Amino acid sequence: MLTYMIRRLLLAIPALLFTSLVIFLLVDFAPGSPMSQIPLTVPPDVRARIVEALGANEPIHLRFGLWLYQFFVVEPAYLLDQMFGTTLSTGRQRILSWQSRSPVMDIIAERLPQTLTVIGLAYVIGVLIALPIGIYSAYRPYSWFDQIGTFVAMVGFSVPTFLTGVVLIVVFSVNLGWLPSVYDTRLRMTGWNSFVQQAGQMAMPVMVLALFNAAEISRYMRSSMLDTLGQDYVRTARATGIGERAVVLKHALRNALIPVVTVIALGVPTVFAGAIVTEQVFRVNGLGALLINALEASDLPMVQTLTFIFAVLIVLFNLIADILYGILDPRIRYD
Amino acid sequence: MTDTLPAAAVEAAFKPPRSQWRDVWDQFRTHKGAMVGAVVLALLIFFVLFGAFIWRIDPAFIEPDAVKMIRSRNQPPSWAHPLGTDQLGRDMLARMIAGGRVSLAVGLTAMLIAILLGTTVGVLAGYFRRLDGPLMRMTDLFLALPLLPLLLVMVLLFRDKLAGVFGPELGTFLLIVFAIGVTSWMQSARIVRGEVLALKEREFVLAARSIGTPSRRMILRHILPNVMSPIMVAATLGIASAIITESALSFLGLGFPPDFPTWGRLLFDGVDYLQQYPERVIWPGLAISLTVLSVNYIGDGLRDALDPRIRGR
Repeated sequence: MLTYMIRRLLLAIPALLFTSLVIFLLVDFAPGSPMSQIPLTVPPDVRARIVEALGANEPIHLRFGLWLYQFFVVEPAYLLDQMFGTTLSTGRQRILSWQSRSPVMDIIAERLPQTLTVIGLAYVIGVLIALPIGIYSAYRPYSWFDQIGTFVAMVGFSVPTFLTGVVLIVVFSVNLGWLPSVYDTRLRMTGWNSFVQQAGQMAMPVMVLALFNAAEISRYMRSSMLDTLGQDYVRTARATGIGERAVVLKHALRNALIPVVTVIALGVPTVFAGAIVTEQVFRVNGLGALLINALEASDLPMVQTLTFIFAVLIVLFNLIADILYGILDPRIRYD
Repeated sequence: MTDTLPAAAVEAAFKPPRSQWRDVWDQFRTHKGAMVGAVVLALLIFFVLFGAFIWRIDPAFIEPDAVKMIRSRNQPPSWAHPLGTDQLGRDMLARMIAGGRVSLAVGLTAMLIAILLGTTVGVLAGYFRRLDGPLMRMTDLFLALPLLPLLLVMVLLFRDKLAGVFGPELGTFLLIVFAIGVTSWMQSARIVRGEVLALKEREFVLAARSIGTPSRRMILRHILPNVMSPIMVAATLGIASAIITESALSFLGLGFPPDFPTWGRLLFDGVDYLQQYPERVIWPGLAISLTVLSVNYIGDGLRDALDPRIRGR
């Protein structure tokens, strides 16, 4: 297991290098980047100096190397400095945003909590809804509960999140006036009132994302549970007379959960990326909004770093899914 | 003495053999959701293809006279405008028809590109052992890319340039279709590779090889027809996800230009008037959802119908 993990981690390095290179080349070769944003009235020599100040006139391999160095050496060093008060990063330049001239990582750290609370909560709720529905649907296949459950899952999976979000806004904000339609990031939780306010403004984005995730996961749970309930050992367990509850929840569920757990792990990065849309609908000031903002302003270091973080998430959770599979299923041996 | 077969058996022996597609169709018909989906999708396609011949208002028509134009804005549904008019007095029904054409065209074309790429990679990787390693590593690398952020980057950075070369409509169309196509071929490549690997061990492939069939004909005559079923299922589901992706891009304001309606763009434009005219968001949203839902149901039905283990049960 350990050797497998080490091998996978080593294999992740070329994948990440490839990803960062693709992002870098895409951003760099794009005709729309980045100097087209400078107004044409700026004289050519000033323009040249602006470009030079941003470091955008260096050859591409130099800039790519510098970015790699900054991302993998300077930023972690800075993080260590922050944590332990060392001076590893003094005198080294961090990745700076072209928009605000402040370190990219600081801005990301500022935005991360909004994304994490909304999306994390939505994913957890989605999983908690999906599992019982999937289990019961599979336990009584083609019953009315299953029929409705599968239909709702299909609808939740097909209706885009921006539509559900907008419909919820129409119903709960415009018509009923119960919930705010715009997420207020400055809200600090100090007491019961602000807690209620926070819960209210989180309710709709969380609901939208939870519905979408629940739809997808419950489909997996149902089919996996259906497969397991048809196995011979379930029949044997029933024959021993240990009771239906123990058969379903112990013998069948534990085995049916194995593929579902990996699906849940694999879904985490997609949820982050998909939340870009939801954040836009409810104006949540998170990572997705940051990315769109940076894209519109041609803030290349920010775009590059954010996209790369999304890629790291994907590689990381792929690894976690594989390892979980190995731990949960004793038939899988990675040696 | 001669044995005589029972009449029924004789009759059965003389009946023409049932083709595979006939069986598939019979199985498909038993899937209620898929049948409803097929009917709904056919109606939607009819609506966008022939709607413009029946409903002959130009979707881009704005009243040239200023006073009339102001009066024609934001009208509620009436016989003259069944879905009302938008903030510039353009007929919403005509815009829905025009938008649907683009949305469906994007979905179909992007799916075709993705399937073509995916099938090529999958067949090559499965058939030629030497290509398997590199091609599959490449697929894995593509799977590790964060797709939605990359799509956003691609569209935003290349949009103006392509619009300058091909014109704003065609340029954006080509860019979006290409971007969605190159970022969604990986799943079908994996599925096709798996199928090809299994097919390669079958006797008929061995027989074909032993009479000296060249690789090209081997792939086209023996391998490809046999991997059609998973490709068809992947293609159906690909249309759904391509339509969703296009509308998400349009919704983020990174899709087609404002004068050029697609369902996603109409929804995006409607969000500004959400408080007063929620129906402007609901109609395009409903159209997108219905299309995707029916396509997904058809995909489900096809998967069941094309699976010989389920068929005939």
